[in-house]
Amino acid sequence: MTGLQQILNKEGVLVGEAPDLSDEQFVELLRNMIMIRSLDGRMLKLQRAGRVGFVGTATGLEASLVGAAAPLLPKDWMWSGLREGGAAITRGLPLFEYVAQMYCNSNDSAKGRQMCNHFQHKGSNYPSWSSVIGTQITHGVGAAYASARRGEDVVHSIHFGDGATSSNGFHSGLNLAGVWKAPCVFVCIDNGWAISVSSAEQTAAESYADKAQAYGMPGVTVDGNDVLAVYAEMQTAVERARAGGGPSLVVLKTYRMLGHSSSDDPSKYRDDAEVQSWAERDPLKRYEAFLIERGLIDSSECAAQEKAIVAEIDEVIHEQEAAPPFPLRSLVEDVYSEVPRHLRVQFNQFLEVAERRGDATRGDGAFPL
Amino acid sequence: MAILTLLQAVNDALHTKMRDDERVTVFGEDVGPKGGVFLATEGLTREFGERRCFDTPLSEDGIVGAAVGMAVNGLLPVCEIQFQDFIFPAFDQIVSEAAKLRYRSGGQYTAPMVIRTPYGGGIRGGLYHSQSGEAYFAHTPGLKVVIPSTPYDAKGLLIAAIEDPDPVLFLEPKALYRSLKGEVPEGSYTVDLSTVRTAREGSDVTVFCYGAMVPVCEKAAATAAEGGIETHVVDLRTLLPLDEEAVLDAAKRTGRVVVVHEAPRFCGYGAEISALIAENAIEYMEAPVRRVTGFDTPFPNTLEHHYMPDERRVLDAIEGVASF
Repeated sequence: MTGLQQILNKEGVLVGEAPDLSDEQFVELLRNMIMIRSLDGRMLKLQRAGRVGFVGTATGLEASLVGAAAPLLPKDWMWSGLREGGAAITRGLPLFEYVAQMYCNSNDSAKGRQMCNHFQHKGSNYPSWSSVIGTQITHGVGAAYASARRGEDVVHSIHFGDGATSSNGFHSGLNLAGVWKAPCVFVCIDNGWAISVSSAEQTAAESYADKAQAYGMPGVTVDGNDVLAVYAEMQTAVERARAGGGPSLVVLKTYRMLGHSSSDDPSKYRDDAEVQSWAERDPLKRYEAFLIERGLIDSSECAAQEKAIVAEIDEVIHEQEAAPPFPLRSLVEDVYSEVPRHLRVQFNQFLEVAERRGDATRGDGAFPL
Repeated sequence: MAILTLLQAVNDALHTKMRDDERVTVFGEDVGPKGGVFLATEGLTREFGERRCFDTPLSEDGIVGAAVGMAVNGLLPVCEIQFQDFIFPAFDQIVSEAAKLRYRSGGQYTAPMVIRTPYGGGIRGGLYHSQSGEAYFAHTPGLKVVIPSTPYDAKGLLIAAIEDPDPVLFLEPKALYRSLKGEVPEGSYTVDLSTVRTAREGSDVTVFCYGAMVPVCEKAAATAAEGGIETHVVDLRTLLPLDEEAVLDAAKRTGRVVVVHEAPRFCGYGAEISALIAENAIEYMEAPVRRVTGFDTPFPNTLEHHYMPDERRVLDAIEGVASF
């Protein structure tokens, strides 16, 4: 077991070696973190106004999302859980698709079929999660195996939360990947709470990283609020996987600052003092301090950048508000590659009833049988 | 008598049985201090302590498997699966272990346990917070499958399930959790498992339903009555073992049957009711049995109100079989 890996302390002072990034890359990390926090703020507002149904926030996790995604190449894959949507944006998910998915409207590539916060983006190899905890872990391992068998130089980054370490998928996935030396990185975002169950109640291990040993792979615990440490440790794990060295487990220790979702009241199960202690380790403030110290930004630029990002998000929200929902026919489409006869019959019968009763949307017409 | 929601009635049943019997033990994800994501277990840890009501790691397979072991060794576990959609990692423990333990041990070992889980649509939960998986479990000999639709039944059936010597899957229609209120007696009482409830008397058409479809069918029956069709509405409330006699009596009474469920149609529970009638009461039938169900698709999200049977679709079927 290694200690907590850190490059920036909580004041933003360098206590390790900064990764070799260009000035633009350093600033881009901050911009991406601001984007995630701003999106949370906007989406929660929409949820309270009844415009979107559900929000699983990433406030507090920005460094873990951005730092883990940044070392991946465009050809790599990312397998996600509930809170990785912001990381998908950094990898190419267009902002309008993010917002459309939250609205589940006709610009949503998943056709409004999933709850909010279930993003996907085929263009950057980012499948959506289901809602079932831990199932994506074995998917990522199988996909990594497939990449390796075709001799592709592709790494699969498999993200999940602390709760998922208790799922069948975690054990099966890490075990298979260890045996197969699959080119993947397991990224456990330990944000302290699986809804109301604390990490101390989730495992008796000191760190989730200890579990790696049982599967024959390295495990490391990283300060998940330190974007540079996250970047550096992920880069090591990604390079190892790419070089044929097999999988690793990277545990990012961070904190979910808000509720599990927009329908959760965390004050019922955790102390405000704990939340406050993590507020002092805020990943954005820490990294801003570092960038200011390096002379890469000044504090007024920071505020201006945030303002510009919020304006960009608001413009996209305005557009997506106007998009219609998916047509009724989508009820029976995509169950199979073609709509089979029994589903065409069921849909047509549904329309007949709607027509007889006169009070339902006709939609886009009956199927030919 | 107290007027409670269905959710409060579940909570009341748990409090009541935990006071009565020290062996009753409640556990699952977030059931402790948070009181469950729907608050069904609110106050249990406070009253009975963490030894009797506690949170578990996120492992449905672990929860149900451990419940089997506790039940084998003298406790009365009442575990919760947060959403029925998340029960499938525990499918093996339910189907292969809990349901078969009595049989494979020649009655030497048994698993008297309850698995509570909210099921069904109507909360905009999409594919994985809305499913009705009752047919998978009703196909499992050794298991009992119970679904209440009123606060009174929720409490009485849950207490009966906890007292039952066999494993019971207790499916709670989450759409009714807060939308429905009714009289619930204080203290302990039971509603016998494997009995049906007549929700409405009628002589023209019989509707079989359960869970959140019961109030939908009652509304459709009320509207049908305005048009002169008297509908007999039967709430099945225990799907396995089913009170077959009561079902056949109700079917013969009108000779015209509609079966309603949210779950997909193909191999759904309605198929069993339909086959039961075809085999045993075909000579009484004046019309073919009609099923009103969800589509044979995964559960949708934005279009869930079109997927779920509504009053309009049930009424159309009632009128259809009445005029056949």
